[in-house]
Amino acid sequence: MGFFKKLKEKISTQTDQVTDKFKDGLTKTRDNFTSKVNDLVARYRKVDEEFFEELEEILISADVGVETVMELIEELEMEVKRQNIQDTEAVKEVISEKLVDIYYGDDNESVEELNLQEDDLTVILIVGVNGVGKTTTIGKLAHQLKQEGKSVLLAAGDTFRAGAIDQLDVWGERADVDVIKHNEGSDPAAVIYDGIQAAKSRGADVLLCDTAGRLQNKVNLMKELSKVKKVIEREIPQAPHETLLVLDATTGQNAMSQAKVFKEATDVSGIVLTKLDGTARGGIVLAIRNELDIPVKYVGLGEQITDLQPFNAHQFVYGLFGDLMVESNESEQES
Amino acid sequence: MAFEGLAERLQGTIKKITGKGKVSEADVKEMTREVRLALLEADVNFKVVKDLIKRIKERAVGQEVLESLTPGQQVIKVVKEELTELMGGEQSKIAVANKPPTVIMMVGLQGAGKTTTTGKLANLLRKKYNRNPLLVAADVYRPAAIDQLETLGTQLDMPVYSKGTDANPVDIANEAIDKAKEEHHDYVIIDTAGRLHVDEDLMGELQQIKEDTNPDEIFLVVDAMTGQDAVNVAESFDEQLDISGVVLTKLDGDTRGGAALSIRAVTGKPVKFAGMGEKLDQLEAFHPDRMASRILGMGDVFSLIEKAEAEVDEKKAKEMQDKMRSMSFTFEDFLEQMDQVKNMGPLDELINMMPGANKMKGMKNLQVDDKQLSHIEAIIQSMTKKERVDPSIINASRKKRIAKGSGTSVAQVNRLLKQFDEMKKMMKQMTSSKKGKKGGMNFPFM
Repeated sequence: MGFFKKLKEKISTQTDQVTDKFKDGLTKTRDNFTSKVNDLVARYRKVDEEFFEELEEILISADVGVETVMELIEELEMEVKRQNIQDTEAVKEVISEKLVDIYYGDDNESVEELNLQEDDLTVILIVGVNGVGKTTTIGKLAHQLKQEGKSVLLAAGDTFRAGAIDQLDVWGERADVDVIKHNEGSDPAAVIYDGIQAAKSRGADVLLCDTAGRLQNKVNLMKELSKVKKVIEREIPQAPHETLLVLDATTGQNAMSQAKVFKEATDVSGIVLTKLDGTARGGIVLAIRNELDIPVKYVGLGEQITDLQPFNAHQFVYGLFGDLMVESNESEQES
Repeated sequence: MAFEGLAERLQGTIKKITGKGKVSEADVKEMTREVRLALLEADVNFKVVKDLIKRIKERAVGQEVLESLTPGQQVIKVVKEELTELMGGEQSKIAVANKPPTVIMMVGLQGAGKTTTTGKLANLLRKKYNRNPLLVAADVYRPAAIDQLETLGTQLDMPVYSKGTDANPVDIANEAIDKAKEEHHDYVIIDTAGRLHVDEDLMGELQQIKEDTNPDEIFLVVDAMTGQDAVNVAESFDEQLDISGVVLTKLDGDTRGGAALSIRAVTGKPVKFAGMGEKLDQLEAFHPDRMASRILGMGDVFSLIEKAEAEVDEKKAKEMQDKMRSMSFTFEDFLEQMDQVKNMGPLDELINMMPGANKMKGMKNLQVDDKQLSHIEAIIQSMTKKERVDPSIINASRKKRIAKGSGTSVAQVNRLLKQFDEMKKMMKQMTSSKKGKKGGMNFPFM
């Protein structure tokens, strides 16, 4: 069975609504990617060195990252040789297969869900550099968890940026959940501590901890973050149950450095990729998974409160290659 | 992480050539390939890279490089020249309207840093140009964006014009200008909401504000970490609004910042300012030549020198420079310098600016913090005067004594001695290359 057919079967078990969300949210990425690949395939009849060079550029322009692209191209070249593929049209399927491969590696292909505790408090720590959308992500997550019937509490750990506490307050109102906060400029670890105490005494299900944005090369700020994490660990031994790194999908190669350093400081358990709808990119997802093995757990596909979606690599690849698939199915029927 | 500078990247190729005496076209091809990868890893847009490589190849295959004795260095020089030319000259002037107030509009994607930059720009206008700006909170969409600007206004002790979140941003901008005229503000800085460049409705709103307020400057605020998409963002904002310049934010991070080059190449609009930290006085004029070095991973030696010049007393600096050059720099001088360095800012930031610093043993993963500094200080202070001037006399028993005296270990003393030695070597390279000023840099591997 062809790869595209398998992919279609996989996603057919999921609701159309979710599939459409991914398709809509990834319109830009897809248009960019698909039209380029199609154009490439149309221009080259034979799979040769120049063909691969152009393909390399297309992937790099999607921010996939130099190292991952080089690896991918090498594998593609081998695969093409192995299967003795001459026709450029047939390469399309191999490309998408390899991309899914890169994402999953040898792992099973399950969707990475949030590690929520059954009958106990779940603490989720949100970290990232400035301006990636940490507070917005918390707002959206709070809304979703609340909709699922959970009792949610927010801790306003960004005590540094002007207006950050107010911003979280607004999200708290929108999602109808309480916010534990101190004054601007106070110790973030103390806010988180109070958040945990409040969550415990109120019997909350989930505590979402906001933190101030910080560039990963600021050693002292990263130490502060480790301290916040230690405070959580001390209060609840298994916590934080999730440490989510928020990444901006428009970020280039620096996203790798961010993922690496934040992982060292806070043992990141998953990634939230925001602003994916506005960019023609998002390839960094592949690079991070390939080089650092951190799963993407959520993607931001729009500004609506419901536009934060659990990440699903099959949906993601279908969102990227949906159009390619339709076309190659048609050509299959013709032949 | 595969994030090496161009110098490191070229090292392997150069090693091969040095044995050969003559450089072939194939060698040049290999070198330009490394240049290409270095630029792509720095997030320079691939189209821009393609054009650049073409030009570099033409020059490199020509006699300029092939017949030179140090082809590796020549390639870097050619690349740097091409980059510097592409980046253009320095342009950090802010427009002044014939009839006040001068209107500045801040635009950009979400999370780029528009509101913070608005505050910083206002601070700069007052501090450097003695102006009296009015800040305008026209971001009615993001929760608490108005609060954020108002908080910045309070911190700066500057007025902020706002009308809450129910007002129309176009009305807010118009009314703010009337108010500025009434209250004799000579500058008006309008903070607009972050938006996607493909969002037609919101881009239309910006066009309306532009039409009504007729701004003298429209600054596109761009995150320095932006990847390949920077080109599309800049192109589309420029097409729709005809921006007058770019402010690059978060440049104090460890990104190479290739986006700056891409934006300049595609729009032809200058990057005027750079955000260098979270504090309100950390907005600096943008230096295109330094950016070229940074993209190539060559270290920002010019910024370092300028920082040193600003903080260090000039006569002393001259003395120090002579000492560096003649290699007579001692621990005594080092101690004196440490005090001055402390005034210059975080040490890791300074080390990042030094060319080759990340290549040096012990420097690469050296995370300097203030505690480490005080250890170093203690070690030096536990040396005798003679030892400070001539560290070569420090034998095992002296080391033991120094370690004991400073409450450190012999290993720590050893490390400092070694670092000091390497630092001396590096200083020599820095100062000897500074003599020729424009003649390019000396690299440790050539």
